[in-house]
Amino acid sequence: MACLSVRGLSLSFGGVDALAGVSIEIPDRSLFAVIGPNGAGKTSFFNCLTGYYRPSAGSVALDGRDITRLGAAEVAALGIRRTFQNVRVFPKLSARENVLAGAHLRASASVLGTLLGTPRHRRGERVLAEEAERWLDFVGLADKAAVLAGDLPYGMRKRLEVARALIAHPEILLLDEPAAGVSSVEREELASVIRRTAADGVTVVMIEHDVELVMQLAAGVAVLDRGRLLVQGTPEAVRADPRVVEAYLGRRQR
Amino acid sequence: MSSLAEGGSGEEDLVFPVAADAPRASRVGFGPLRLSQLARASGLVGLVVLAGFVPSLAQSNYLTSIALQIEILMCLALGLNFVVGYAGMLDLGFAAFFAIGAYTTGMLAVHAHWPILATLPPAVVIALIGAVFVGVPTLRLRSDYLAVVTLGFGEIIQTVVNNLNQTGGPEGIYGIPPLSLGGWTLTTTSSYYEIFLFLVVVFVAVSARIRHSRLGRAWLAIREDEDTAQAMGIKVRRYKLYAYMAGSVFGSLTGSLYAPAFIAIAPPSFGFTESLLVVMAVSIGGIGSIWGALLGAGVVIAFPEVFRQFAQARLLVFGIALVLVMVLRPQGVWPENGIGWRRLAARWLNRDAQSAPR
Ligand SMILES: Nc1ncnc2c1ncn2[C@@H]1O[C@H](COP(=O)(O)OP(=O)(O)O)[C@@H](O)[C@H]1O
Ligand SMILES: [Mg+2]
Repeated sequence: MACLSVRGLSLSFGGVDALAGVSIEIPDRSLFAVIGPNGAGKTSFFNCLTGYYRPSAGSVALDGRDITRLGAAEVAALGIRRTFQNVRVFPKLSARENVLAGAHLRASASVLGTLLGTPRHRRGERVLAEEAERWLDFVGLADKAAVLAGDLPYGMRKRLEVARALIAHPEILLLDEPAAGVSSVEREELASVIRRTAADGVTVVMIEHDVELVMQLAAGVAVLDRGRLLVQGTPEAVRADPRVVEAYLGRRQR
Repeated sequence: MSSLAEGGSGEEDLVFPVAADAPRASRVGFGPLRLSQLARASGLVGLVVLAGFVPSLAQSNYLTSIALQIEILMCLALGLNFVVGYAGMLDLGFAAFFAIGAYTTGMLAVHAHWPILATLPPAVVIALIGAVFVGVPTLRLRSDYLAVVTLGFGEIIQTVVNNLNQTGGPEGIYGIPPLSLGGWTLTTTSSYYEIFLFLVVVFVAVSARIRHSRLGRAWLAIREDEDTAQAMGIKVRRYKLYAYMAGSVFGSLTGSLYAPAFIAIAPPSFGFTESLLVVMAVSIGGIGSIWGALLGAGVVIAFPEVFRQFAQARLLVFGIALVLVMVLRPQGVWPENGIGWRRLAARWLNRDAQSAPR
């Protein structure tokens, strides 16, 4: 059974082909990695999956349902959550409120309940607030709940984004370079967060430059290069593939 | 997923290293929280009761009418706060909703002899229709275009009431009957002061409730980062419209009660200047902050009055003071995340420590 099924995905900006006919099957409940040199189209790939970019050709299906034309909010409502490569927390909201914002679709929408502060509404809010604390704790930010997200250091903001995605109880979590620019200690914490999230049944797809991390965590790897799918396979097979070594490492050294 | 969420802390084999720096604002447990909430609640009640005595303490119709004007601007500022403060959209035509409320009430009360209270629901409905009418086609626009469109809407409403026979043209509507509540008929400035005090309290309570709900969080997320908000499943355009609608409800209710309080209404009270005063009240006080909107309304009304002796120059002084606030404290006098006394104090007491890079 394939959870996310991408067929012939293409996208171009002016003359540049960010994606050129990419087809990838991402199995349900897997920990999958997308790697490739800078500018390979990895972020564009995520943006197409999550309704941020509209591909010029190709399709994205979630459990057989076509989601290619859905908007970002609609994709989120189907249980696909993501983080952003250039960290995007809500700076003037506290860490706690950032996570609560992630729970938007789970919060009570009753206007009357809100205005009157009915017991049921209050209970719902309290349960959600408590869960927000647990997710903050899960990513190691338990003591930062009241701190404004904009005041948190970079690595913590990245983890806050993960907590904000997880409180939605997503089926698929897309992480865009979660370990980029974080300290090695934080990288270990992050690896643990990702491993435990996947162990809990969430399909995790991560874009990552850190080959060590990818080898350590991922069950399947896809390599993108100049908008094309170069190889897809197990980490060992991908690591050994000469095309990958050439395309990926060769360009990085320049 | 739920097992993960309920897993709690502690029993995991991997322990996160505790960050070296202590939390800046740790809010402790439930015991002390309850106590401080109680203190806070009684403080607020005390403040409102005290405010209720303003007319009898002031012993001056002039002061009471200034206080009433402040309350009216507070109500409008709390309405605009949904749009500008929470959802982060610029709206330069907010007086339109104030006008819709005042004129609906004025017309129904004078021409059709409706009791004032009965005019509130139709006024709100018309304001909501206006909000949807303007909002649906324009909320997809970038915020600077939105400013132009809302400005246009404000101008249109003012032009309409200035030219229609039914709205009394330039003379407006006069002889608006007083508000009656139960057996009471309210005719004095101080009685309307008390009515508007009640309205301010209700608006504050509603604003605070909404702020800490799904709706409020969605608005703030949109204000902070529209694209990212979508990744939370927030339907941005719909929630922007909600903000606009919420503002229109507050604006029209304020207008509906303004009409009997002032007996006569005329187009000049509902123009661009009025819209600008509301924007000023919200931004001086602190965008997104309830206390800021209240404080801002007070400053905007009181400042020119205090400097009345300088006649024309007072507006110049006011303008300069405004610019100073914007430059020295762009987040407003009382911003949403608190005045930050501790941070201010730390900065003055310990300047060197603060200058270390983050
Ligand atoms: N919004 C955009 N506008 C123009 N070009 C873009 C945009 N997004 C991506 N690109 C281009 O698409 C290509 C792939 O970019 P991206 O998906 O960000 O790569 P990666 O994430 O693998 O580094 C690059 O050449 C980039 O310049
Ligand atoms: Mg990228």
